[in-house]
Amino acid sequence: MRITTEHGAGGHATSELITSVFARHFKNPVLMKMEDSAVVPGAMRLAMTTDSFVVTPLFFAGGDIGSLSICGTVNDLSMSGAVPQYITCGFIIEEGADSDDLDRIAASMARTAAEAGVMIVGGDTKVVEGKGGIYINTSGVGFLPEGDFTVSSSFCREGDVILLSGNLGDHHAAILSARMGIVNTIRSDAAPLNAMTAALMKSGARIKSMRDVTRGGLATVLHELAAASGKCLDIEEAKIPVSPKVLGLCGILGLDPLYMGNEGKMIAVVAGEDADKALAAMRESPYGENAAVIGKVIPGEKGTLLLETKTGGTRLLTELYGEGLPRIC
Amino acid sequence: MPGKVISVNGSKAVVDFSGNQIHAEAGLVKIKPGDSVLVHAGCILQVMSDEEADSLADLFKELENL
Amino acid sequence: MRDIRKFLLEYDGPPVNIMEVCGTHTASVAHNGIPSLLSPKIRLISGPGCPVCVTVTDYIDRLIELSLTPGTVVATFGDMLRVTGSKQSLKDARSDGALVKMLYAPSDIIPLAAAEPEKTFVFAAVGFETTTAVYAALIDDLVTSGVTNVKLLTSLKVMPPVIDWVCREEGGIDGFLAPGHVSVITGSNLFVPIAKEYKIPFAVAGFEGEQILMALYALVKMIRAGDSRVINLYPEAVTAEGNRTAQEMIAKYFEPCDAAWRGIGIVKDSGMQLKDEYKNFDAGSRDLCSDVTLHPECRCGRVITGAMKPVGCPLFGKKCTPENPMGACMVSSEGSCHSYYVNRRNDL
Repeated sequence: MRITTEHGAGGHATSELITSVFARHFKNPVLMKMEDSAVVPGAMRLAMTTDSFVVTPLFFAGGDIGSLSICGTVNDLSMSGAVPQYITCGFIIEEGADSDDLDRIAASMARTAAEAGVMIVGGDTKVVEGKGGIYINTSGVGFLPEGDFTVSSSFCREGDVILLSGNLGDHHAAILSARMGIVNTIRSDAAPLNAMTAALMKSGARIKSMRDVTRGGLATVLHELAAASGKCLDIEEAKIPVSPKVLGLCGILGLDPLYMGNEGKMIAVVAGEDADKALAAMRESPYGENAAVIGKVIPGEKGTLLLETKTGGTRLLTELYGEGLPRIC
Repeated sequence: MPGKVISVNGSKAVVDFSGNQIHAEAGLVKIKPGDSVLVHAGCILQVMSDEEADSLADLFKELENL
Repeated sequence: MRDIRKFLLEYDGPPVNIMEVCGTHTASVAHNGIPSLLSPKIRLISGPGCPVCVTVTDYIDRLIELSLTPGTVVATFGDMLRVTGSKQSLKDARSDGALVKMLYAPSDIIPLAAAEPEKTFVFAAVGFETTTAVYAALIDDLVTSGVTNVKLLTSLKVMPPVIDWVCREEGGIDGFLAPGHVSVITGSNLFVPIAKEYKIPFAVAGFEGEQILMALYALVKMIRAGDSRVINLYPEAVTAEGNRTAQEMIAKYFEPCDAAWRGIGIVKDSGMQLKDEYKNFDAGSRDLCSDVTLHPECRCGRVITGAMKPVGCPLFGKKCTPENPMGACMVSSEGSCHSYYVNRRNDL
């Protein structure tokens, strides 16, 4: 089967590829949990993750491949409840790249690491033939606090409430606008969310799952939760925060914010009674000013995600199929 | 969703959609800055008019009685 | 509005079949969850309103051939990339080295062509009346600017003959949700002759959820009363006569022709082609009319005309999915099968 860009879009094709090739060979109980980072036993419970960054353009409004690489890694670790500590980064640089760009990228990584309180402790550099592209692979390690705090995509139960930390689509919109020459002030939302996850854990709310909302968008992540938990999740379109600018872009290009990638947003599923506590914790954290309760886990068909539309209808949401190419009529 | 004409330059125009500015072809309809326009595949198709509420209200009254 | 919603949800009269023939309506109906707001006695059918879905394999094959020709670049809207011809899609051809660019607007092709005058740029000019107006404006621009290395491979279609075909060949449609953007160009008067001939009401509607609900309400009421008017519920954008300038520009560069519709065959006078005097802008569009059905069990033709629900096709959801589309109805995000699969409209 020929690999296409659809396999990298974060939707159905990506998860099929992971299941049929990588999971099939690497199978082990830790890996098969398929969470954002892997929690493994040690002197303290350790969270580990790896991530690769291949975005173009390298520099865009609100960030660059460097800040993205730190945020993405920090966030994967944070979603397991860990305090992110150490990151390594491997660079694969194509001949023709500019060292000034590398310098800007490194400076950006240092700034983001400082904000997140993580240390970049190792790296590697390779140069290959090519057209000047720059790719970054990271690995990250964090530690879970004392106790047995555990989250899982499979822990959602009826009565649980779903929170979203802020506006959808900004990152995807910023990248597309840069590529297509559409003039606007949309900026990528790339941001480290470890302060937010720490606040959530401190709030006393019973947290079932925490996931960052990246490739494939909100619908893909929530669909995964519905499937892993064997439950029915129901969210309300009117409660989902999207900026008017991003909506405007979506209107022009025929895109759906529910399927657009973000780099500084997360969802948390918490016990119903703890909704207020959890929301307050998100809203009081950096990058959480637009946090909202967007839905809940309801009795219903297992593994389904429903959307109550602004028109009052109900729509079934699947994971992302294809790449989300702009629709043109 | 209609956009707002920001500027016109011959048969081209700049149209704003909630803060997103695109270049659009303006050869199919007479426009001026400030107009609310319908854009399709980068081309302005129509100036949106204020026609609506009254004519529809009458129509629906009539339909109710069918 | 509340009464309209109540009426639609609780309607218990004889079953009515309403067809929409506009890709944007298909998408909007799904996006707003409209089916969940309708009584089971109101059946909303997706007709041949997706221009990509009704393009024949001959056209795709020719497009791929052009894209693989040295010195030729094919530019297209996003949806066309994944439609398969008799062997492969443009996307597949791209992996074989074909030069294919995805554009949001046809006019974007001019600066690209000007920058590489030694190459020939071909735009995959697919669409209904709305997009034909855009292509007419493009040709106008090309003529004015003197750019000579841009051509169109056209698969342009018009609505009335195929709506007529559906009414004549398939029957069973009680009312039509008339396409919003097409009507902006043509005017709502376009549908009057068909409404008169078959005594079927048409409602021109916008694309917001509430606008669609209002149009459906109006249609059910008119159907029950035996009323076969064409009403315009999108007066902000649509007039009875339409956009005259656009119509004149289309008539300047294009003329009617017979056209092949995937799953239907050739429908007389249902297409548009570049006039002879502008054939230097044509990349070889004439006589692209045969269609190869990829799989003997593919029922795209029946689905497109509303004669069969997507779930009725033996391939739907099994061999044919959005990931692995067998026919055009599944490829385009506006295609009936794609919309049904992704939104699980199994209830209809």
